[in-house]
Amino acid sequence: MANSDAIVSVKSLTFGCHILEPGNAANFRTGDWRSMRPIMDMEKCIKCGMCWIYCPEMAYNQNEEGFFIVDLEYCKGCGICAHECPKDAITMVPEEG
Amino acid sequence: MIPEFEKFKGFKAKSIPKEEIVSSGHRGCQGCGEVLALRMAMKALGKDIIVCSATGCMEIITSPYPHTAWNVPWIHVAFENAASVASGVEAARKVLARKGRIPKKHVDVVAIGGDGATGDIGLQWISGAMERGHDFVYICLDNEAYMNTGVQRSGCTPYGAMTTTSPPGKQSIGQVTWKKNIPQIMVAHNIPYVATASPAYFLDLMNKVKKAALVKGPAYVHIYSPCPTGWGSAGERSIEFARLAVETRVFPLYEVIEGRYIISRKINKPKPVTEYLKGQRRFRHLGEEEIQYIQRRVDAEYERLVKLAEMT
Repeated sequence: MANSDAIVSVKSLTFGCHILEPGNAANFRTGDWRSMRPIMDMEKCIKCGMCWIYCPEMAYNQNEEGFFIVDLEYCKGCGICAHECPKDAITMVPEEG
Repeated sequence: MIPEFEKFKGFKAKSIPKEEIVSSGHRGCQGCGEVLALRMAMKALGKDIIVCSATGCMEIITSPYPHTAWNVPWIHVAFENAASVASGVEAARKVLARKGRIPKKHVDVVAIGGDGATGDIGLQWISGAMERGHDFVYICLDNEAYMNTGVQRSGCTPYGAMTTTSPPGKQSIGQVTWKKNIPQIMVAHNIPYVATASPAYFLDLMNKVKKAALVKGPAYVHIYSPCPTGWGSAGERSIEFARLAVETRVFPLYEVIEGRYIISRKINKPKPVTEYLKGQRRFRHLGEEEIQYIQRRVDAEYERLVKLAEMT
């Protein structure tokens, strides 16, 4: 195949244009859509997991200590976690730079 | 009572599966309530599923070629025939298992559609699949208009809502008809399980979807999904609106098990509907008279549901 990313040979495509790798959208970083960034106050956090269950981007992951940490590579900054946090431990601050 | 329900204890807040069926990196809008509802539903079903998805927001955002956000077998079909393809998949699996070509293992077949795919374009095909009695789950993610193509009205758009094809003005108040009651249409098919759910009550939603999968025969779950882009609401308030819709009785949560109505969340002290209507741009033009009409109609519909629950 020619060394071009834009033009793809028909022979290099999978049969029926099937996508053979499950969940490969995770390679696409949606974090650069963000204009506000969630900041968590670990002192106030009670590890209830509301931010995790209400996150539409599946960006929160639990660490070894039980805290839910946001993955900023995927966070789109919608602010649902800050709005639904029962202890107001999450605040949204403007993205800088 | 359905025997499959006896073993099922329900999800607890501590025992929610951590596994994600829909991966990060999908192209949903900020604060999308629909992909959140989809994520919770898929969490409840687990990995042993085959998903047939009709055209709509959830198909567009999860599968921009060459990416897919799905970690399970998934097929995109045309707007109307998600239920037909799901019944075909279910029948084909039955035949192949009988011939010994695939191992005999139970796999849930799930069809997903938006409110347009369910209530307007695909209604006839869903009706056929329900009538034939295939063992599958139909999940309707109802965001109350055709959001994917730019907010056109659908049969499920509520009374008074502004969309691009029902604009308000001097001669019009927006959508002039009441929301089509699709769960009731599904109840009329005499299928074993019908439920309505809201992503604000996530355990309730997950239990209902899991019950729908456990039932032998067709099951239908109608999930209310807030859409910040189409409704003109703030992205961070999606879950709040989903909760307000239940608390104001606009979208009551109930399940119908073999014709028996059970109200999952009884609202004895409802909030006024104005709390739900304000904050959404699609209802901004409504006057006092229309809001009174909506309040009366919402109360009447809820009373009817309570009576049905008492009767059955």
